[in-house]
Amino acid sequence: MTNTLHRYGESFDDDYIVFAIPARGINDGNAAEMERRFLEIARKYKPVNMGDASHGGIFRPAKDLNPSVHWSRQERRDFEGVVNSVSGPTTVAVVFDNPDAVVEFVKELKTADLGLSINISGGLDQARECARRAGLERHSVEYSLGFFGQTDRMADRQTLELSTMCGHGMLSFGLVRKLVEWVKQGRRTPEQAAGTMARFCSCGVFNPARACRLMRRQGEKERTPGGRKN
Amino acid sequence: MQIDQQKCVACGNCIPVCPMGAIAIDTGLNRAVVNTNECVECYACFRGMSMEKLNPTLVRGIRRLLKIFRLRFDPEPDVCPTSAIIPDELSWPRVVRRAFSDPIVTHESTGVHGRGTEEVKTNDVTHRVGLGEAGYVIEFGRPTVGVWFRDIEKMTRALAGIGIEFEPRNPVTHMMIDRKTGKLRDDILNEKILSAIVEFKTAVENVPVVLRRVDEVSKTLDTVVSVGVSTRCDVEGNSALDGILAEEGFSYVRGKTNLGLGHA
Ligand code: SF4
Ligand code: SF4
Repeated sequence: MTNTLHRYGESFDDDYIVFAIPARGINDGNAAEMERRFLEIARKYKPVNMGDASHGGIFRPAKDLNPSVHWSRQERRDFEGVVNSVSGPTTVAVVFDNPDAVVEFVKELKTADLGLSINISGGLDQARECARRAGLERHSVEYSLGFFGQTDRMADRQTLELSTMCGHGMLSFGLVRKLVEWVKQGRRTPEQAAGTMARFCSCGVFNPARACRLMRRQGEKERTPGGRKN
Repeated sequence: MQIDQQKCVACGNCIPVCPMGAIAIDTGLNRAVVNTNECVECYACFRGMSMEKLNPTLVRGIRRLLKIFRLRFDPEPDVCPTSAIIPDELSWPRVVRRAFSDPIVTHESTGVHGRGTEEVKTNDVTHRVGLGEAGYVIEFGRPTVGVWFRDIEKMTRALAGIGIEFEPRNPVTHMMIDRKTGKLRDDILNEKILSAIVEFKTAVENVPVVLRRVDEVSKTLDTVVSVGVSTRCDVEGNSALDGILAEEGFSYVRGKTNLGLGHA
């Protein structure tokens, strides 16, 4: 389960995934109840996404749309649905776009003493700093050493930055390229494109705030060709 | 995965959605079709796309009319208008494609969702990787490139050759017929999957040897390999791997930080 380990990019200042997970056969007896509490506590700190590895995130595909969706798609962010659908031991994850929310959330988790393992996936220095601000030293650490082998088979940087936010590979390079083009053409807003991408991430760990920043950054670059600023 | 030829209206929405590029419009049939050799049964199309249940004949008529007047309809990009994407019944060995590609499927050998174990995420409870030890997660096929088991076997055999002991609860280990040599079952070697993870641990001083071997073998595979390495920190939160990785020339930015709040 390395689905957030290898996100591609240089800056992760707006990307923090906090996980709760039980150890199978050791402390998974009442894990579902503790996981629901974890998600409920998280909601106070305004996460940009959250999900459960079995049932998906707050952005969910719909199986019974009617044609009006093509003119006015209502983006439903189903926080309640995520909390209610946790029914057995799983991994639950919450995504934040700022470290202050992470620190306050972790402080409350310390007090709540859920018994589950809690991890921060993100920049290693930023995560250590968050832990310290919450009064903790890290117990264990896992490093992403990046990609080996035929890396020329991967996509360009901007596609990778967006696509790897679903570490399970559910967000194809093709769909990312299409949506980035549509944003450039003004056919969709960055928020709409990020919402579409997020629906393919079946654990709810896609970070729509970071996606919007990345797409806006690309748009800004396009608008200043040749270094002319005015 | 298959596409219901009675329902498909050849809108093309599902084509970029497929991580393996396995869907294309057959221009003779004027329908989308799945290349079953390339399809890894990941369900990104079936589960990730939203669906309408429109009448295919009506939709085809409207599309023809718009085409005559060279009008372009700007539909939502992740919608199949006629719910034409249909999962296949999978039998052995093809079923391993789904087990290693669809993140929602619980792998029977581990009981956990996904392609590996809980690895370092529950290390505060399991104490699987101790002080002075390094845990590895070597993942094949990500991001969104895919991998054949025959390529994974090249790596498992090479790692076995330097004395690695594979993590018993990992799904790839479960596919081995000989854990001492890293030999996988013959009947899955020609199955393609979205990604798989090989896990093991060594003493921290062996990290350079292992990573060099992984790097060498990766160059011979027709896929991408992503590498994670973990350890337990001391009471001040310091990691023995910092110095070793820097000496080996690795730069790292992100990772997972276990906060030590779990308990039995
Ligand atoms: S999205 Fe549906 S209707 Fe459109 S090409 Fe794919 S299967 Fe056919
Ligand atoms: S199941 Fe996955 S690989 Fe197969 S056609 Fe659908 S998206 Fe492509």
